[in-house]
Amino acid sequence: MNLSQQVIQYILSGLSTGSIYSLIGLGFAIIFNSTGIINFAQGEFVMLGGMLTFFFLSVVKLPIIAAMLLAILIATSVGVIFERLAIRPLRKATPLNLVIITIGASILIRGLAMLIWGKDTHSLPMFSGNEPLFVGGATILPQHLWIFAITLLIIIINKFYFYYSISGKAMRACSYNRNAASLVGIDVKRMVLFSFAISSAMGSVAGIIAAPLTMTSYDVGVMLGLKGFCAAIIGGMSSGIGTVLGGLLLGVLESLGAGLVSSGYKDAIAFIILLLILFIRPQGIFKKAETERV
Amino acid sequence: MFKVKSETVKFLSFAVCILLIPLLISGGYMMNVLVFVGINTILAVALNLLLGYAGQISLGHAAFFGLGAYISGVLTVTYSLNSWLAMVIAALTTGLLAFMLGFPILKLKGHYLAMATLGFGIILYIVFNETVAITGGPSGMSGIPNLGIASLQFDNDTKNYYLIWVFALVTILLSLNLANSRIGRALRAIHDSEVAARGMGVNVRFLKVQIFALSAILSAVAGSLYAHTMTFISPASFGFNFSVELVTMVIIGGLGSIYGSFLGAALLTLLPELLRAFQDYDIIVYGLLLILMTMFMPGGLVRGVPAILYSLLPVKKQGSGN
Repeated sequence: MNLSQQVIQYILSGLSTGSIYSLIGLGFAIIFNSTGIINFAQGEFVMLGGMLTFFFLSVVKLPIIAAMLLAILIATSVGVIFERLAIRPLRKATPLNLVIITIGASILIRGLAMLIWGKDTHSLPMFSGNEPLFVGGATILPQHLWIFAITLLIIIINKFYFYYSISGKAMRACSYNRNAASLVGIDVKRMVLFSFAISSAMGSVAGIIAAPLTMTSYDVGVMLGLKGFCAAIIGGMSSGIGTVLGGLLLGVLESLGAGLVSSGYKDAIAFIILLLILFIRPQGIFKKAETERV
Repeated sequence: MFKVKSETVKFLSFAVCILLIPLLISGGYMMNVLVFVGINTILAVALNLLLGYAGQISLGHAAFFGLGAYISGVLTVTYSLNSWLAMVIAALTTGLLAFMLGFPILKLKGHYLAMATLGFGIILYIVFNETVAITGGPSGMSGIPNLGIASLQFDNDTKNYYLIWVFALVTILLSLNLANSRIGRALRAIHDSEVAARGMGVNVRFLKVQIFALSAILSAVAGSLYAHTMTFISPASFGFNFSVELVTMVIIGGLGSIYGSFLGAALLTLLPELLRAFQDYDIIVYGLLLILMTMFMPGGLVRGVPAILYSLLPVKKQGSGN
């Protein structure tokens, strides 16, 4: 493979991982926009998606579609329970408290997963076989296409939901100004609940479509969560195209870095990018800077 | 004047208790655990200065701990440098790095700062793992010499106990002095409102960076001590999990309370030992502890427990006699 073919290969696989990061990042953005909280536990929902599907598929021996749906359902329930038990009672918590609580929840979920399923890595079967396809000198697996397709579908659904449905618009209203939203009759608490439900559902879907490629185990959530957060930061915490582009950019840069520079430092690349963005342009690449009220 | 005196009495009695403990303990294993308590106390107190007083979240403090350990390790093993000199170099290097990093990183607040410190911690963890030629990579680095003064070698747990705890007591003393000084008050002002503090003439940016650097230096010293007492280090001890453990210690003990940090460190070091049978459950316990403490006892044990005890006292009847 010559260099240009390699680069295309890296870019394609980078776009695929980037799509996963975008989905996770959207989860962060949605919760942040409606509550102002960064949900450190977001990565764990991704993990739950993959692990639960594996569990239902291999242990309970359900057919794959049922396993996936059940996994998404359970992951969403976990998200809702988490919101009810830990987030809702703490309306007046300081940012530090909220960070600590979501970290605690992420540790808890991870620990429970480790206890229930052990520390082994597992993989899910590819959705449509293992035969690679050839695109422009590069090889991609059908799973990559599934990832692109499903991510695109979710983004489109998201767009329709947030811009053309009443409850979606209500959630956007909450993100702009909670008090104003509740004054016009929007049940803010319910919107917060919805945002957690949507984020955990999206996170678990991301986990499910990624698992056939990247394997899944009890601790995949940490890294994926952080990289998803990175995507959201690059996109300025937008619930839309900004975060998606951020995720894709991150995925491609990471893939190029790993391929052309060094693969051991692959994860470090994402964090270096995170640090650079936070230092130089914390509002993200696509947004204007915000001012802070004192 | 009285207040100063009671602080001194508190510290001295604490110090005396610490120094007398080895006389009560027989097992060598317990001594080893208490050495760890000492190291974790230094780390927790250092983190508390940043987290509790200045109110700056750091989820990457294990990285400074690791830097101190690895620099000490590499200088003494690969370059056969004197251990004490290596410790000084490690501390200063880490401090310098933290100082330079502090300027951009402490412009951030809240979760952005948390994520940035987390990212920094993970980058260093990856560096520890990948620079195999220098650090030995995931398999770790062994053969780190013990510390020694003249003919006294710190080669068993009891001697290490005294060594570590002298450092820990000095750290506590330093922090207490800092907390009760102009600087401590400035830090708390920053915690409450940076804008107001700036308005009162506090050089917020510089002070935050200084505290960050000091916290890093203390953590690095703990790292060097760790390296020399364990004689073996590996990246696994310096990752995200340990950073979270440190934050847990500070929060459980009580943000902004130096003795609270000791309590948190002691509790979180001793608890796994007491729960030996529940080896893998500790991660769940940490998660639960973090959540429950933040929800129900945000001031930490140091404030929560006395509050509970106080509320259990019989209510005094008010008013004139009947």
